[in-house]
Amino acid sequence: MSITTFVIISLIKSIAVIFVLLTAVAYSVWLERKVSAHIQNRWGPTRVGPFGLLQPLADGVKFIFKEDLTQPHVYKPLYIAAPMIAMVFAITSISVIPFGNYVDFGPWGTYLQITDLNIGLLVVLGITSMGVYGVALAGWASNNKYSLLGGLRASAQMISYEVSLGLSLVGVLIIAGSLSLRDIVDAQRHLHWNILFQPVAFFIYLISAYAETNRTPFDLPEAESELVAGYHTEYSAMKFAMFFMAEYANMVTVACLATLLFFGGWLGPVFGPPILQAILPVIWFCLKVFFFMFLYVWVRWTLPRFRYDQLMAFGWKFLLPLAIANIVVTALIVAWRA
Amino acid sequence: MFHIILFFFFGAICMAGAINLLVQSHPINSALSLITVMAALAGEYLLLGAEFVAAVQVIVYAGAVMVLFVITIMLLNAGKEEHTKGSRVAILIGVPGVLIAAVLVTWTLVSRGQTGSVAIGALPGSPQEIARLLFHEFLLPFEVTSVLILIAIMGAVVLASRPEAIAHHPAKADQPDSAPSKRKDAPQLVASGVGSGKER
Repeated sequence: MSITTFVIISLIKSIAVIFVLLTAVAYSVWLERKVSAHIQNRWGPTRVGPFGLLQPLADGVKFIFKEDLTQPHVYKPLYIAAPMIAMVFAITSISVIPFGNYVDFGPWGTYLQITDLNIGLLVVLGITSMGVYGVALAGWASNNKYSLLGGLRASAQMISYEVSLGLSLVGVLIIAGSLSLRDIVDAQRHLHWNILFQPVAFFIYLISAYAETNRTPFDLPEAESELVAGYHTEYSAMKFAMFFMAEYANMVTVACLATLLFFGGWLGPVFGPPILQAILPVIWFCLKVFFFMFLYVWVRWTLPRFRYDQLMAFGWKFLLPLAIANIVVTALIVAWRA
Repeated sequence: MFHIILFFFFGAICMAGAINLLVQSHPINSALSLITVMAALAGEYLLLGAEFVAAVQVIVYAGAVMVLFVITIMLLNAGKEEHTKGSRVAILIGVPGVLIAAVLVTWTLVSRGQTGSVAIGALPGSPQEIARLLFHEFLLPFEVTSVLILIAIMGAVVLASRPEAIAHHPAKADQPDSAPSKRKDAPQLVASGVGSGKER
């Protein structure tokens, strides 16, 4: 494949994936509003289009036209940069997520993934750990005690749960033998899904990921009833929308990683003509990601919020030792069977 | 060719970040410059083909150590540096000293540094290779380093804890509101507010 073909195909893949990601982020807001409404025995958005499906469009228009206030007391450079930082790091991690098999178009055949790095999993972990800066700097730059407290709490929470997040994935790595996300999915063929071999790791991963993305029951940083709105108190219109989108994009990334690492990614029954064989894996992947997004919303509207010291104690005193124990047990079993 | 352009690109960002770190007067700006230095170094490691080291540099240095720096600056509400009077002796000895040192280093590198360059992939950089080296040939240094880190953690815990909790001063034994009743306090993160007084 020549260099121009490679560049053109990569460009097409990147644009398509970013477009799908941003649409998914917008419609996950719709999903949240509808599911939370039905959990609370009400309807949610029903007026803007059938089933309220055009509501995200209306919200987008609202955010664009809303007045973008910039208070005089904020530290301008970081105030403007923080939502951009949050957004950039939230969207970048989709670049190593594989969502299908190899599609064969002859000389234009390509893997359904923007790029397959052989350290793909570490790249995703690195990008999520850089995403803490968006939150911390937003809290700082707002020059406001509520935002500062929210920002501090959020960054401390995020770095604490990053540790158990990373360690919970080591069990998966021991089984798969590679850091490349495509190889990890390939190691789960023939129904050897990692959820069967690493249930404890899945449990730790899910809880740590909920804490990383600042979602209930760990959403004390943006607790509406406690800190006004936490680190994004002083933000309005487009900048707030960027934080909002960054949060949902992080949720999508976590859901994608959970399906890839524990639920077999795009693996599922594949049949029919070649065109169907190329599309079915993508459909399975999307269904599984949708299930995890639904789980996110379901948990948010079912569980009450943790208190901050309970949250930190849980992360350090329960999840971390459990993750280490999981690594030890997994390593022993794998070494014994070899 | 492209390789050399990228090397100088990342090197320039690294140098600019390092100089900005020294020049800025507010610590938060210095911390952000240091983050760009770490990220540029990760780029340099990638150019050498050490992708695992680059990823770990971003995760550990730029993503954890620097976050702790930023949290500390935010928590302690560190303000702008105060400019003390410059010392004339320091300038008289320092500036020529730095120039001499720079000339010496440059001369050594130029006259004896003709070692050629390394192609990407010539040295082992994959995670599997590093794991093999770390757990077979360099196992003893690895274990010793982990004990060293454990000592550092214990030292940090001791330094950060309250004196009454470890020292059992007889003078403080008859104060009813000392350490034991404050065990369940919320973490200092919330209690201390915006750098307000530390009450013991």
